[in-house]
Amino acid sequence: MLPAFTLAQWSQNVATRRKFDGRMNAPGGKAVVDATWQGPDLAAQDVATRARVLNKLRLGDIFFHQLTKSAAILVLAVLGGVILSLFLGALPAFSEYGLGFLVTESWNPVTEKFGALAPIYGTIVTSLIAMLIAVPLGLMIAMFLTELCPMWLRRPIGIAIELLAGIPSIIYGIWGLFVFAPFLQQHVQPQVIALFENVPVLSTLFAGPPFGIGILTASLILAIMVLPFITSVSRDVFDAVPPVLKEAAYGLGWTQWEVWRYVVLPFTRIGVIGGVMLGLGRALGETMAVTFVIGNAHRISASLLAPGTTISATIANEFTEAVGDLYTSSLIALGLILFIITFIVLAIARYLLLRIERRIG
Amino acid sequence: MNMVTPATPPVATPRLADVPALKDKIAIRNLDFYYGQSKALKGISLPLYANRATAFIGPSGCGKSTLLRVLNRMYDLYPNQRAEGQVVFDGTNILDPGLDLNLLRARIGMVFQKPTPFPMTIYDNIAFGIRLYEKLSKSEIDGRVEQALQRGALWNEVKDKLNANGLSLSGGQQQRLCIARTVAVRPEVILFDEPCSALDPISTAKIEELIDELKTDYTIVIVTHNMQQAARVSDKTAFMYLGELIEFDDTNKIFTSPRDRRTQDYITGRFG
Amino acid sequence: MDASLYASRRRRNHLAATASYAATFVGLTVLALILGVLFWHGFGGLSLRVFTEMTPPPGAAGGLLNAIVGSLIMTTLALLIGAPIGVLAGTYMAEYGRHSRLTSLVRFINDILLSAPSIVVGLFIYYVMVRPMGHFSGIAGAVVLAVLVVPVMVRTTEDMLRLVPDTLREAAASIGLPRSLMIRRVAYRAARAGIVTGLLLAVARISGETAPLLFTALNNQFYSTNLNAPMASLPSVIFQFALSPYKDWQNLAWTGALIITLAVLAMSIMARALTGTRKAS
Repeated sequence: MLPAFTLAQWSQNVATRRKFDGRMNAPGGKAVVDATWQGPDLAAQDVATRARVLNKLRLGDIFFHQLTKSAAILVLAVLGGVILSLFLGALPAFSEYGLGFLVTESWNPVTEKFGALAPIYGTIVTSLIAMLIAVPLGLMIAMFLTELCPMWLRRPIGIAIELLAGIPSIIYGIWGLFVFAPFLQQHVQPQVIALFENVPVLSTLFAGPPFGIGILTASLILAIMVLPFITSVSRDVFDAVPPVLKEAAYGLGWTQWEVWRYVVLPFTRIGVIGGVMLGLGRALGETMAVTFVIGNAHRISASLLAPGTTISATIANEFTEAVGDLYTSSLIALGLILFIITFIVLAIARYLLLRIERRIG
Repeated sequence: MNMVTPATPPVATPRLADVPALKDKIAIRNLDFYYGQSKALKGISLPLYANRATAFIGPSGCGKSTLLRVLNRMYDLYPNQRAEGQVVFDGTNILDPGLDLNLLRARIGMVFQKPTPFPMTIYDNIAFGIRLYEKLSKSEIDGRVEQALQRGALWNEVKDKLNANGLSLSGGQQQRLCIARTVAVRPEVILFDEPCSALDPISTAKIEELIDELKTDYTIVIVTHNMQQAARVSDKTAFMYLGELIEFDDTNKIFTSPRDRRTQDYITGRFG
Repeated sequence: MDASLYASRRRRNHLAATASYAATFVGLTVLALILGVLFWHGFGGLSLRVFTEMTPPPGAAGGLLNAIVGSLIMTTLALLIGAPIGVLAGTYMAEYGRHSRLTSLVRFINDILLSAPSIVVGLFIYYVMVRPMGHFSGIAGAVVLAVLVVPVMVRTTEDMLRLVPDTLREAAASIGLPRSLMIRRVAYRAARAGIVTGLLLAVARISGETAPLLFTALNNQFYSTNLNAPMASLPSVIFQFALSPYKDWQNLAWTGALIITLAVLAMSIMARALTGTRKAS
């Protein structure tokens, strides 16, 4: 039952309310106007002052709003500028060679016959092989980190994998050139060549001589570079699986592998694919790691152990020495092709990741 | 549905002679409020008297917080919300689109459900609002900060640590800091949106006592889902249900002899 | 329960677990190898001379002073240009235009720019700055790095500002604070740690960028702080020296690589420390 709130109680409250007349004793005993009280005489004066202050601030307020908006539009303008400049820069080359540019293998600065086929081939093949290696490895490491790893080790190993991602690509390049390639040349490639010598398809794929550098080496370095990326994206999506789903499966007696393969992986499928696409985007555009170890030969060879080139490696190696408008324009045309390829891949990746973000909420 | 507006001060109370006559500080006339397409407030008309505390009570979703947030146009921060009708404060309709909102909010302050001190020192939390409007010397600001913290019943607890971060205080202290911050700007009206719902009973009691004191100098509007709190703290109470104003009267009348059936059911706990 | 089926399931599980342990081991080994070799080769070359003398011609002794100074200048300029643009754009997206179509478009475009090949950005700046100017320059290098900083800051600022609760914004509005002041004095302060972390990550990213600098700032054998002329940078020097046949140049390349890696690692650790304290509070 509610307290019976009588009129008497109410009026009593009012009487004991302290009498306030706008004055208060400050420390030291001096009477001071209580500046937190809005007496009727202060009110009107106050409103006028404040209106003045706020009017002055209004201009700055509008300015800041427009400033931020312009910055946002500037971001759009930058992308527009990139596309426009690539297009204009590539125009001479495309008007000279037409679309045949994309399928011509020759690359001769002397006779000015340029074709993009070898770089495009190299870019796609190195990226694909890198993904073929990095994706399973990355998924396995992500599974390890989310399922099998003891709790106290998770953070350090996670940090270690992220360290791999933070190392600048030029470091990978020189490590590849001075350490990895010679190692492969002396200890791995001769064995592989000998191993597949008599096997029908593989003998052409892995034909000698063992240069050390080449398409395969570049692919391996790319794989190492993309690996931490795939791992961290996969790890994030794996962690987002609701524990109830996994517990339900464990409750049925499923093994860890089965839970991961038949519960976690299907649930996170879209996110994993999105992460893979992002990794692919990075692999396609990677320059420095590849330039050092790919051998820079404008040739399409059947063997993976042979040298080749990618779009970014070609541009990096030849741009500063390119003489003649057609040469420079061909290189910019290569850049345009690379940008289009990565744009498509990244757009698909963003779309996929947006869908999974919406689902997780 | 009837709405009771006393046209004259209560008569049968000779002890109230020292209380000034009831005067409209804010007059709400035919207010409608929309979230997108759905109508959340329907034709609300209600006076809020100067130097009184008015409480809005009602079950969840009745629109009391929505109504409170119209009073300082807080809904203006969000694109899908709009209000129609009139809310007259100091002779102007504050729903007028051309109104200076910042000026309005300096005159009608708000204390929120969750204590929200700014990420600054205790001193700066209070001084921030003061410095916005006035150029004062350091000692003058010091004095004002102390006054505000005294008004907020917090001075004794923080006078030695004015440079501590506002977030380092307890929940009840943070809420009193927010009250001090609000009074430092010298508003005429203070709106309280369920100020004690996130606090423990002792802090709640302290803040209710505070609100009772603040009544003498400000006009208070308080939204609460705690009926006992409304009974303790307010002079007038408005009962709302499903976006409509069901009954408005002196607090003691609402709680002892409500006129509407729904009011009685809510107060006696039949629903809500 | 079928015993042989169960046994084969257990075997498969065991195989998968072994595979994942092995994968992790491979990953960690590679990391150890790379860092180990880097320290091994680079450490020997670390001496005071590296920081006080210019890059030498082949066969002579020298240091990396012009490269280090050039990198510092261009990185600082890149931050001064790119960070304000990025933070302001992110502010618009999180505060003023939270649900507008402009914001969704900018977010999409920004993500593209974030992951776009940096060499393509280099080509862009070459076309709009180097060609009209007629020569390579340090300022072009700074601008190209700025273009790489902007998307990182846009993303970070928007994410961090969106984490600031709306009740804090309402509290600021309730004392009559104008929008821009509320953003600058309250929202920024609340998001400060996150935005600084973003800055550190942006710096870590551009410190190692080589490709775009190759045809904007080029390189400079001598000590120069002239922004209107080619400017040396650590990555370009490493690129040139590593690919050369000279042993002492190659050694300097390793040392430079070590310096960059240490700087990047230090910044990542600082960024992590900032996020760590934020989570604790």
